Amino acid sequence: MKLESKIPKGPLSEKWTSHKFNMKLVNPANKRKYKVLVVGTGLAGASAASTLAELGYQVEAFSYHESPRRAHSIAAQGGINAAKNYPGDGDSIYRLFYDTIKGGDYRSREANVYRLAEVSNNIIDQCVAQGIPFARDYGGLLDNRSFGGAQVSRTFYARGQTGQQLLLGAYSSLIRQMNTGKVKFHPRTELQDIVMIDGEAKGIIIRDLVTGEISSHAGDAVVLATGGYGNVFFLSTNAMASNGSAAYRAYKKGALFANPCFTQIHPTCIPVASGFQSKLTLMSESLRNDGRIWVPKKKGDNRAPLDIPEDERDYYLERLYPAFGNLVPRDVASRRAKEMCDKGHGVGSTKLAVYLDFADVIQRNGKNWVADKYGNLFDMYEEITGENPYKTPMRIFPAVHYTMGGLWVDYNLMSNLPGLYVLGEANFSDHGANRLGASALMQGLADGYFILPYTIADYLARTKAGKVNTSLPEFGKSENAVKENIRKLLSVNGKQTVDEIHKKLGQIMWEKVGMARNKADLENAIVEIPKLRKEFWADVRVPGSEDTMNTELEKAGRLADFLDMAELMARDALMRNESCGGHFREEFQTEENEAMRNDDEFTFVAAWEHTGDDSPPQMHKEDLVFENVQLTTRSYK
Amino acid sequence: MKVTVKIWRQKDSRSKGSFQTYPVDNISEEMSFFEMLDMLNESLVKQGEKPVAFDHDCREGICGTCGMFINGRAHGPISGITTCQLHMRRFNDGDTIVVEPWRAKAFPVIQDLVVDRTSFDRIMLSGGYISINSGGAPDANAIPISKISADIAMDGASCIGCGACVATCKNSSAMLFVSAKVSQFAVLPQGQVERKERVQNMVTSMDEEGFGNCTNTYACEAECPKEISVAHIARMNREFLKANLSG
Repeated sequence: MKLESKIPKGPLSEKWTSHKFNMKLVNPANKRKYKVLVVGTGLAGASAASTLAELGYQVEAFSYHESPRRAHSIAAQGGINAAKNYPGDGDSIYRLFYDTIKGGDYRSREANVYRLAEVSNNIIDQCVAQGIPFARDYGGLLDNRSFGGAQVSRTFYARGQTGQQLLLGAYSSLIRQMNTGKVKFHPRTELQDIVMIDGEAKGIIIRDLVTGEISSHAGDAVVLATGGYGNVFFLSTNAMASNGSAAYRAYKKGALFANPCFTQIHPTCIPVASGFQSKLTLMSESLRNDGRIWVPKKKGDNRAPLDIPEDERDYYLERLYPAFGNLVPRDVASRRAKEMCDKGHGVGSTKLAVYLDFADVIQRNGKNWVADKYGNLFDMYEEITGENPYKTPMRIFPAVHYTMGGLWVDYNLMSNLPGLYVLGEANFSDHGANRLGASALMQGLADGYFILPYTIADYLARTKAGKVNTSLPEFGKSENAVKENIRKLLSVNGKQTVDEIHKKLGQIMWEKVGMARNKADLENAIVEIPKLRKEFWADVRVPGSEDTMNTELEKAGRLADFLDMAELMARDALMRNESCGGHFREEFQTEENEAMRNDDEFTFVAAWEHTGDDSPPQMHKEDLVFENVQLTTRSYK
Repeated sequence: MKVTVKIWRQKDSRSKGSFQTYPVDNISEEMSFFEMLDMLNESLVKQGEKPVAFDHDCREGICGTCGMFINGRAHGPISGITTCQLHMRRFNDGDTIVVEPWRAKAFPVIQDLVVDRTSFDRIMLSGGYISINSGGAPDANAIPISKISADIAMDGASCIGCGACVATCKNSSAMLFVSAKVSQFAVLPQGQVERKERVQNMVTSMDEEGFGNCTNTYACEAECPKEISVAHIARMNREFLKANLSG
């Protein structure tokens, strides 16, 4: 299989403009004849669905939530990047592009990343016009702050709730289109399968999560905006229902899965407190603007943080990376925190934490200034830990946060399956091996508002509208397979709960396919995961029936897919004999314990093809070509 | 810690529900309230019983999915947080905890503690937006907005749509929810064009959905996990009156 990235020719800065001109259009009168199925209504899905409807297409949107406003995009705290250069500190589209491609450790496509930087400014304009109350200064203009991996202030924010405000903005656009009848929204429905007709994605099978009904839906194209698969680790900052099933089921239908091992471990999360912990809570990266990270110099120091004098503290990020200090990219900050704890400098009762200290900024600018900027985060921290971060430093530890890997897409955001588009975290395209902070919101909205609406026309214009309906045998066949799978899950009737098995999977993944990986562990994971999968199908207990709301059944279906995906992640990590971004292989590091890339052999996207349930997946390579930036070792010193 | 939970169980919207009592043992105080429910559910599943269905997702207080009455208070005994942010250190060993779903005509129960809040979406649909298509928006800094207005707008915009205001109100009024959105757009220049129709349409929709009216008890403000002020209701009333008087 040859992977065609379809990157337009011409100079980097003109690619998108000329591509927009060269693509086919669907004339306004014909748009209403085409129906697009959009699965997932977070930032990417809601912005895509609303924009497509504004253009005149018929849209059906699906979400397992009761309302689009519940999507996990809402939990993004810190902000959204854009190259506006309002502060006049030297930012530009090229600099945002450069920072993002460097931050991704040169494992993403130049053309995609440049386009992302290019449309970033449109996003801010769009959002302000929607009435999103971004933070402003006293002159009434927009305020910015800094995020990791950048030396300019380019992050727009709305208190610590930027994701919420952007999602509510996209939601408002979507409900406006629901009001006109151009979008039909199906709440509490979960994708079960993608239906392929003559090699093209033309429909989906869904389960109504309230009644249990399985139904078919046909369209002229299918858009997946279904988020990432971080919950394969059980504990992550993702919401409880976030899952990889839609992407995985597309993979089983022939879509390629790209760079599945690229997982982002976020450095600033509240550490695990109890064995019954159900999820991890992020403390926004924006806190690293003003907080200072440190550990005691002495190993196993059990004194309270305030009793440790200044000269016995190691502000290790400031020491190791004087240029970027506490604002190094996420992968670097996470790995260093783990290293400090591994060496015995960890703090708190579990010794798996480092301090994030605000004493200096509180002294410099006052408590009110800090409360104004970070108040909700401080309150959230106190409610969870019972400690007051105004008085004592926060304890933080890395946690799984985001998956850079995802379904392979070309420059048009179409997967290798014609008619199947993938947006937002669900695709692999823009963040390489590590995503910079405040870039996920940017990508989700760029894909939905400003990229897909153009590129999908190029496909639709070449297809006949309404070619497919649900009476075709492919739909019935797929429905039956879905029902059979559900019956299978319900009939195991074993002894373990879904969560018990999920926790076991999480443990394997965190220990062997987590922050630091090595050959032996990965090989072991490839043996252990199938064993656990077997255990699941022999011993899981899913009570209740399929014809009502059944939350255990929902979880079981998602875990079944995670158990498959986990193995794919381990295989990808084992194949990639280098360290890059969030993928750190212990065998490949410099003397200073920095990631050591192998550009000669691994400057490619690994796109995996499903070859059957009992045969290993096959890897296809898309070589990454860099014409504008030079591949250098990232240095944040 | 050991507690006894008395939970509302209801098979579906058509069935009659009742309280069921369950003991839950070996709780640590670092656990969240939902982790305690997870523990209960795990033991129910092991006994082959159906676990308690409850709405939850982000478990960090922002998605607005969760919501239950705990010991007679929306989102439990602590002000300014959602149920998912509640931790067991707020209870005592041996406590009996009563857990009910949101109760309002406009929020029918789907199962156990899960309710249908799509009525909120339908209100939003009637006017909770600014009509702007993607593309072609003016530069974001073209219209300066005073920090005060932006802050008021943000206060309203921080509503998570959980429904605690409705659940706690003796009239099951959605005034706080609706006014937070009306207010956000009323103070922003971008919201001016549709200002009148917005408040009229949203109030009409709110009434049609079966929500009650406001009698100024301020219970909504007291229980709102985002501490949204009833000043927004006052602003909405002014907006509504102005819109109707100016025809």
